[in-house]
Amino acid sequence: MAATVKYSEVEVGTEIPAVSYDVRRLNLVMYAGASGDFNPIHWDEHFAKSVGLPDVIAHGMFTMAQGGRFVTDWVGDPGAVLDYGVRFSGMVPVAHDSGNTLVISGVVEEKLDDNKVVVGLTARAADQKVLSQAKAVVRLA
Amino acid sequence: MPLNTDFIGRTFPPTPPYEVSRVKIREFADAIGDTNPIYRDRAAAEAAGHPDVVAPPTFPIVVSLGGEALADPGLGLNYAMVVHGEQRFEYVRPIVAGDVVTCTSTIADIRKAGRNELLKIVTEVRDGGGELVVTTYNTIVERGV
Repeated sequence: MAATVKYSEVEVGTEIPAVSYDVRRLNLVMYAGASGDFNPIHWDEHFAKSVGLPDVIAHGMFTMAQGGRFVTDWVGDPGAVLDYGVRFSGMVPVAHDSGNTLVISGVVEEKLDDNKVVVGLTARAADQKVLSQAKAVVRLA
Repeated sequence: MPLNTDFIGRTFPPTPPYEVSRVKIREFADAIGDTNPIYRDRAAAEAAGHPDVVAPPTFPIVVSLGGEALADPGLGLNYAMVVHGEQRFEYVRPIVAGDVVTCTSTIADIRKAGRNELLKIVTEVRDGGGELVVTTYNTIVERGV
């Protein structure tokens, strides 16, 4: 399928409104199982603190997956994503009781040929940037 | 312990074939909280022009964590001190249920960055016909103490 967003209807600077995603310990346990990344820094608070971390931290790939979800929900088709890359620039500590919240927003940074655009993503947790150089290349309708 | 830079440029043998199931895709979609029917319902995926249930964009990490490359004791990686630095996926097409994929990983670079060490791994994920599906670029950070 086709993307539902039309190339002709976006411009450089078109903003994609922010979406919030809750992160709880349960999400990290599920993500560990689904991804096969059982590093205890993501689910064992005692271990995480023993290696100098503030708390259990979310898998970087969990945060990246929320960015992917943000992009595919906007574009309408996961098959429209041609390239997706991020740098993990901040930790997402996930507290026992309150968890954490990721807030992701996007902007069209560039229009390429062949209906492709570059979407730049901003991801924050507790007002701190947790991804940098987060970009997806998607093909629009 | 510094990482063994002799590993730079080393390509590991292809992983055993991994059959991507609908159940695994659904499990992954559940874990990331994404309720899109295209990840669960074959009819929805077909209606959208895909041959079967589609995997989310970050799903290739399931098969391309670099297991064998990272597990080699000669590399000297202390897994407890590892965090993820960067990740990129360059897609030829999305992974779909029924794909039988094989990964070939190469250690592209090992270098120091302050007290940390960076390890870059490039993995080609190919389908049963040998066609490239996605290339993954993974930078992991071993935190210095």
